[in-house]
Amino acid sequence: MRQRISLLMAALVLGAGVSGPVWAAEEKAEAKKEMPGQEIAFSNKKGNCLACHAMPGTKGEMAGSIAPPLIAMKLRFPDRAKLRAQVWDATVANPKTSMPPIGKHEILTEEEIDQVVDFIYTL
Amino acid sequence: MKKIAVALLSAGLLVSVAAQAGPEDDRKQTIAYFKSKLPTIKFEDFVYGALALDDDSKSQYESIMEFPPFEGVVEAGKEMWEKPFKNGKTFASCFPNGGKNVAGNYPRFDVSLNKVVTFEADINQCLKANGEPEFKFSDVNTMGILTAYARTLSDGMKMNVKVEGPGALAAYEAGKTFYYQRRGQLNFSCATCHMDNAGNRIRAEVLSPALGQATHWPVFRAGERLTTLQARYKGCNSQVRAVPFEQGSEEYNNLEYFMSYKDNGLPLKASVFRK
Repeated sequence: MRQRISLLMAALVLGAGVSGPVWAAEEKAEAKKEMPGQEIAFSNKKGNCLACHAMPGTKGEMAGSIAPPLIAMKLRFPDRAKLRAQVWDATVANPKTSMPPIGKHEILTEEEIDQVVDFIYTL
Repeated sequence: MKKIAVALLSAGLLVSVAAQAGPEDDRKQTIAYFKSKLPTIKFEDFVYGALALDDDSKSQYESIMEFPPFEGVVEAGKEMWEKPFKNGKTFASCFPNGGKNVAGNYPRFDVSLNKVVTFEADINQCLKANGEPEFKFSDVNTMGILTAYARTLSDGMKMNVKVEGPGALAAYEAGKTFYYQRRGQLNFSCATCHMDNAGNRIRAEVLSPALGQATHWPVFRAGERLTTLQARYKGCNSQVRAVPFEQGSEEYNNLEYFMSYKDNGLPLKASVFRK
């Protein structure tokens, strides 16, 4: 742990020394790594959340108008487990929902669902 | 005693409700549903599907339909329709009025066969009766091209499908059940998109309303891909990640029967542009 912190400090110190654009690129790569859920949520091969939900962070991708936009998720789902359960199988809370049961029908893996929930919980 | 009377009364009520509910009630309910859900669309404009909801797409449709890029395909279908069989007869000999204004009577329920018969099935019956090899329902180059012309002979005819007798009603109900049944990994029914979410967008695509969906076939997607109604069923089923049925299967024939009855009173038009 201590070693990690010192590595991080070293990276920060080093990072501070390099020029702007390189730093920005590294930051972008870092953000992507930290938020794989966004990629899964946007991809039409994966979560395809955008097919129905609008959400912040899109860059030219068209979002559908079927379902409520994904904003203020922490406020709407103070209990993260409830949000995850909704993603896993929304028909439990509402049998008439249009939402595919992402976990129950194995559209995404359990790990991918965790990553998507991590991401939408920041919205 | 009183309880029994109440029970009998409610049972009687249930029976009378069940007896009333039928294809005609379903049709009227569907019209009423869309009248309130999509009040800006006139009844006769539901034949345009998603185009009716978007002025730009509608005007694109109109300009493409002035000189359709698929005119040559329809012309090839005309040649097929008019080419005599080995016995000298033609397709026209198999249909009333030479095949003009008949497509709106399909699908029909054939009591002796005890099943739904589509226009395409009667074309195959015509080939068989005249000693010719039948077409595959899924073959765009034979059945597809032929119907791209043959159905234009019924342009303007109003859909006029009949559900009469217990066998017909059972087939209609099977089609209705199919329409509302969720299927595939994505767990969508036809109704999820085309009833509940008609007019909404899935990504950039507007979802067409259920009403009118059986009237404009075949279509040329993007102006070139000849697509029959039942080929589209296969596409929809695949898109929700379900295993599709075969074109000409009992499942799809019953579905077409249900969907066509619902469109009674709407005018047909064949070989049209769709996105």
